[in-house]
Amino acid sequence: MNDLFIILKQELVLTVIIFLLLTLKIGKERSNMAWLNLVNVLLAINFLGGFFFPQTGVLFSGMYHTSDLIILEKNILNLGTLIISMQSYNWLKDHKHVVEFYILLLSTLLGMFFMISAGNLLMLYLGLELSTIPLAAIANFDLEKRKSSEAAMKLIISSAFSSGMLLFGISLVYGTTGAISFEGIAAAVNGQPLQIFAFILLLAGFGFKISAVPFHLWTADVYEGAPVAVTSYLSVISKGAILFVLVPVLYTVFKPLAGNWYNMLFLLSVVTIIIGNLFAIRQDNFKRFLAFSSIAQVGFILVGITGSSQAGSSSVVYFVLIYIFSNLAAFGVVSFVSATTGRERISDYRGFHKTNPVLAWVLAIGLFSLAGVPPTAGFFGKFFLLLAGAGKGNYVLVTIAALNMIISLYYYLRIVKAIFMDANEQPIEPLTVPAFPKLALYICIAGIVFTGFVTYVHEYIQSLGTAF
Amino acid sequence: MLLLALIPLLPLACFVVLGLFGKKYFSQSAGWLGTLVLATSAILSLYTAFNYFSDSGKDNGVYQAIVPVQLNWLPFTSDLSINLGILLDPISVMMLVVVTVVSLMVHIFSLGYMKGEERFATYYAFLSLFTFSMLGLVLSSNIFQIYIFWELVGVSSFLLIGFYFNKATAVAASKKAFIVTRFADFGFLIGILVLSYYSNTLDFKTLIERLSDPASAQSQAIGAASFLGASALTWALALVFMGGAGKSAMFPLHIWLPDAMEGPTPVSALIHAATMVVAGVYLVARLFPVFSTNESALMLIRYIGIFSAFFAAIIACTQTDIKRVLAYSTMSQIGYMMFALGLIPATDGHAAGFTASMFHLFTHAFFKSLLFLGAGAIIHYIHSNEMRDMGGLRKLMPVTHISFLIACLAIAGIWPFAGFFSKEEILHAAYQSDKPIYFIALITGGITAFYMFRLYFNIFWGHEQKHSHAHGEGPLSMKLPLILLAILSLVAGFIPFSHYVTADGRPVESHLDLLFSIAPLLIAVTGILLAGWLYKKANDKPARLAATLGGLYQSAYKKFYIDEIYLFLTKNILFNLVGRPAAWFDRHIVDGTMNWLASTTGKLSVRIKGLQSGQVQSYALYFFGGIAALGVIFIYLWK
Repeated sequence: MNDLFIILKQELVLTVIIFLLLTLKIGKERSNMAWLNLVNVLLAINFLGGFFFPQTGVLFSGMYHTSDLIILEKNILNLGTLIISMQSYNWLKDHKHVVEFYILLLSTLLGMFFMISAGNLLMLYLGLELSTIPLAAIANFDLEKRKSSEAAMKLIISSAFSSGMLLFGISLVYGTTGAISFEGIAAAVNGQPLQIFAFILLLAGFGFKISAVPFHLWTADVYEGAPVAVTSYLSVISKGAILFVLVPVLYTVFKPLAGNWYNMLFLLSVVTIIIGNLFAIRQDNFKRFLAFSSIAQVGFILVGITGSSQAGSSSVVYFVLIYIFSNLAAFGVVSFVSATTGRERISDYRGFHKTNPVLAWVLAIGLFSLAGVPPTAGFFGKFFLLLAGAGKGNYVLVTIAALNMIISLYYYLRIVKAIFMDANEQPIEPLTVPAFPKLALYICIAGIVFTGFVTYVHEYIQSLGTAF
Repeated sequence: MLLLALIPLLPLACFVVLGLFGKKYFSQSAGWLGTLVLATSAILSLYTAFNYFSDSGKDNGVYQAIVPVQLNWLPFTSDLSINLGILLDPISVMMLVVVTVVSLMVHIFSLGYMKGEERFATYYAFLSLFTFSMLGLVLSSNIFQIYIFWELVGVSSFLLIGFYFNKATAVAASKKAFIVTRFADFGFLIGILVLSYYSNTLDFKTLIERLSDPASAQSQAIGAASFLGASALTWALALVFMGGAGKSAMFPLHIWLPDAMEGPTPVSALIHAATMVVAGVYLVARLFPVFSTNESALMLIRYIGIFSAFFAAIIACTQTDIKRVLAYSTMSQIGYMMFALGLIPATDGHAAGFTASMFHLFTHAFFKSLLFLGAGAIIHYIHSNEMRDMGGLRKLMPVTHISFLIACLAIAGIWPFAGFFSKEEILHAAYQSDKPIYFIALITGGITAFYMFRLYFNIFWGHEQKHSHAHGEGPLSMKLPLILLAILSLVAGFIPFSHYVTADGRPVESHLDLLFSIAPLLIAVTGILLAGWLYKKANDKPARLAATLGGLYQSAYKKFYIDEIYLFLTKNILFNLVGRPAAWFDRHIVDGTMNWLASTTGKLSVRIKGLQSGQVQSYALYFFGGIAALGVIFIYLWK
């Protein structure tokens, strides 16, 4: 019994926090500030607690399992959630439903945890749904904005559609293999056409979540309409969680189909990188721009996954960690500026350097890291992804990816140029950043600067990677 | 062993401190700080040398190559890694002494010479950087490390030559030195890569062991591989020598050296007399066991060396800028060292040329830096580099005069000055292995004596120029190094060099043959007398001689038009045949493709935006289309 509590530790802590918030909410009135302080402290405890008593094991007759890698992945997601929570301070401090927001947000995180730990397709599906439905609710959390409701509607409808496909795939897998647990499926998969079709349905379901082309179209509208905190959560945490589960599913469960999914990923990654880049070039809305650029980033991650090796798996985890820092540095600044001034266009950021030097540098470093410019961590992340991709000898793919890195360099640097070089009649006024967002931004910058250089991080992740 | 590591690290620390805080906190005391640090390094070096030669270096009476410090820096594979280490063997220890002693003298001399200079602290920072790089080069334990320091030396000499950066000629000269030596370094790098590729190591000791043993697998592999009719080993060694020839100003890569005289004169004494320019000689000596297995490479070194020696001596006879005369004489003396290295070792395995070359390197360092420092003192006094502005200085600058005379006698090879002994050994080695070279070297010796004393008589004798001198000969800090170096030029020859430095570490007796010495001495004295007859008193004999020689004199005066040939080659041929087409290609093909790509990408981007209709039902359509497409492709088409 003891084991059960320790193995389920991370999920249990989250559940306790959710119920605690619920109970306190029923109790006496509190100011938003008090709530936010409390929640951020709780999330920090949650994050730090993840490092203690690491215990691995299998529970519920194989439905749930955890390993060192999975614990690390959950810690990464905890960290990302903490950063996002601190960054959304400014947006939430005047919001009427702070507690509800956090309860919904943490429920999705709980869903992700179960999804990552799943040892069974049903558990996977359960976790996936738990992580999606509350998200649609908080996408609507700019209650007075029509766009926010539209985003929520689109998210829930598209999700329902993709879930339908996913379920269809799962039932086909069950039908053809007679198994629902991961080991059972891995043992029974033999590559008959119906299984391949079932796999394609599953892949489409995952592709929808990580917004791989052509399953990505919901992304732009939802990202644009949803509150920035939700958008960054969607683009970083939710995607990261799906990638964390996608890799073992591909590497272990569907290993017998490796010959098939390798080509599929090849195709998907090329299309995703190119379309993502082409979309991003023309965007003027900063949030939309980050959304599309994150589509291209997912394409790069798919390149790493095609590596089909332990290096491929670890490069994905490593990149997601770095991606959290880089993307949240950029999103953090954008969300803060958008929450305080309401300005979201890239052209608004002209001359940003003059009025807000610190924020400008944070944004620039984040963009550099996203673009993969050395010596930021983003460079190392992309480098290992491409290296893993090259490990399979597919230099066509790696060349396409490398060329697209140059294209992405263009649109990232275009913004940096706007920030530092372009003049503006009405620049964004000088802003003072409250403590929480400021701390979050510093964590991001420290992550961007050090993750690349402290080789220990990469070595540790590499030692944990899922073997192929 | 910590003490040993301190020798190069102290100047590095000094560079960092002076470079970062020099302007603010040490604008006055930078000189003393630098000198003190270098004095410590020099004392440590002397201590190391004493220890090595008296005790720690010997094993059964044979000097060993020791690697007391080795850091594993960049491991590539289990047996190939780049290390940072210190290698002690007779030549590196000898170079350690030469570099620190000469550098110390230059540091002291500069206290007076550079006084009142605006970038005084920067100057000392650069000197420290240079000394650090040079010490690192000398002590390198592997071939890649030496390449790193090789380039660092290049950079720091670039900084020093271009020290007067508001003087256009100095900037041009530093650029020229950098580019020419970089060009040579390219060859060096390829040579390194070939050598390490075949020997599977970068480490000097292992590399030499593997490649100098004809029976080893590596040495057979590199000997068997051939390219354009020469073996890979010959190519590799020739390329390494190319790097060495660039730094050591061997023909035809010598063109940067005379121009490099634009730097402050003490810098010339340091870089262009004793240290950097002999790096090439040192490099060949370092790999000598490998070189000595390959006769073609030896021949290349021998002929390039002797030709440079002779060629530079001729040019030196016609130059009027005293520093340029010294520059060409340096080139000529390094030619001596080079060809001595290229002499084929005797059948009993004893490489007399090697010992002689190192001996000459050693003595030359002292008297040539003395000459440069003397020239510095004169220029400091006269404010001109031109011989015609000088004359009759012997009474006005007695210390400089005597020390300069000693140095001239030393370089001319007059007994009992240092140059006599080392030159004798070189000639002796040449006599035994290659007679034609011996005769050319003998004649070059005469020319050397002539041009050095042409310089001497022109400066210190002849008619006195009318000068109004605000200051005297110079402060003590300028005289002291002259005196010390003059003493060294006197006594250095008596060191029984072959007891310490030989190619295989076994001490041998050197033999000075009285009869053999008569010819070179006679020729040197003739040269001196000729110079005295022509230049001691002002007369028109030199002008008439120049007129008689006509074209020959003119072309020697114009340095045999080598610079013009390079200019023609680069400007007319390289630029027109390679540069212009490359520029055209870049502008029209590369840029054109890029512009086309950019505009296409832009257009595509606009088109694709249409997909983003905002309607969920169409999104679902694309979603399902994607599944269908994947299904069709992967179930039916691409199995």
